[in-house]
Amino acid sequence: MIVNSPLKAEQACRRDIVLAGDYYMQIVKAGQTLRILDVEGNQAADTLFYNAHDISERYSAIDTIREQGNVYLSTGTKLLSNEGNLMLEITADTCGRHDTLGGACATESNTVRYALEKKCMHACRDSWLLALAENPQFGLNKRDITHNINFFMNVPVSPEGGLSFADGISGAGKYVQLTAAMDVIVLLSNCPQLNNPCNGYNPTAVEMIVWD
Amino acid sequence: MHSNNHPQSIYQEKIAGASHWSMVIPAGKILSITDIQGGANVSMLFYNPKNLLERYNAPDTLKCQHTFKLTQGHCLYSDMGRIFCSITRDDTNWIDTVGGVANKQKIASKWGARNYQTDRNNWLQNGYDSLLVEVAKYGLGKRDLAANINIFSQVKSDEQGALSFTAEHSKAGDTVELRFEMDTLVVLTTCPHPMNEAAEYPHLPVQLSIRQAEAIADDDQCLNSSAENGRGFENNRRYVCQHGAQL
Repeated sequence: MIVNSPLKAEQACRRDIVLAGDYYMQIVKAGQTLRILDVEGNQAADTLFYNAHDISERYSAIDTIREQGNVYLSTGTKLLSNEGNLMLEITADTCGRHDTLGGACATESNTVRYALEKKCMHACRDSWLLALAENPQFGLNKRDITHNINFFMNVPVSPEGGLSFADGISGAGKYVQLTAAMDVIVLLSNCPQLNNPCNGYNPTAVEMIVWD
Repeated sequence: MHSNNHPQSIYQEKIAGASHWSMVIPAGKILSITDIQGGANVSMLFYNPKNLLERYNAPDTLKCQHTFKLTQGHCLYSDMGRIFCSITRDDTNWIDTVGGVANKQKIASKWGARNYQTDRNNWLQNGYDSLLVEVAKYGLGKRDLAANINIFSQVKSDEQGALSFTAEHSKAGDTVELRFEMDTLVVLTTCPHPMNEAAEYPHLPVQLSIRQAEAIADDDQCLNSSAENGRGFENNRRYVCQHGAQL
């Protein structure tokens, strides 16, 4: 559901531009609000969340969609952990629908999806693994790279059981906004994918805006 | 009734409801699972026993085959672009990929609290704890429980994305067969699906059987169901080459 936010970027406590192919790894505290802004449009923001005080508790795509009874994420969606606890809630969304089935690109999955010789192209899971290596204070490693959210991605599921990657429904300036119910580590890869028409073969920046 | 009681079977085991099981199944073997009474559920996870960080990846499996359900002709992928196993038979025509497992609180809210003192092994075990116990035998924990598949269960999505569970999707005798394309640690639980609305906790057994697979023919359904799967099999071939093993 399309819901605009009254929050003004000028009043934010933190703003970061994340270029395509880079990562963002920061703590957002309980009560804070995070906006992910699709600066130029049709970008994919591959995102994972962990409980900042117990990294074994993390965002669970399957628990989230089963408990809300719907595969798509939008305003009102409660992002649940693997233990069934509320981590964040989507409180505004000018895009209307976000995917949590399609996962993140990886060099290995690119060989299957596109071509064997695409293996050495930059991918989201490589960005995440670099983030974990450069931020050892969090104690995360590859086993913690799980089933993520693709903010701004449109992955329709059909009643017959099909799944497709449709053209993006996001655009320049669209955003999704989440309010944290617990202190969370936000791990985002701004997708560098060059093989998928859904971003026009042109990955672009997102902005991460946090309010107290 | 046990339609997977194949003459070439080298392993047979009946698994009661509310139970867990695991085994490293070598490449080239077929694991056959039969729903004995109908309405069963088997939640499954897969790991590479040589590198437990390589595990079944639901998103990679779904997106490369452009599917939300899994059935005969599909393959189950690891996060490393390789195929753990091919689905060579699915009498139910739909394996759930998104329902996950129920935890202790969910089972308690549906059917009552787990109580070994009164129920013994007919207790109301939940799939989450059941998988957690089984993966712990390999040094794994809750950080390693990925999104699982649910054999014999169907969760559909309508045009708006609303999810629904199909009661009694699987019939007595329905069988699913997985042909392993690389050595794979298989972990499963027979606890009920978290969206099952049955009035009483369903304690439903399944029959397991393992046999040698025939060599993969050039016209193999799973190999040829998409160009993506052809590349997945090629990734396996290269991996086997790297390890000096034989398929």
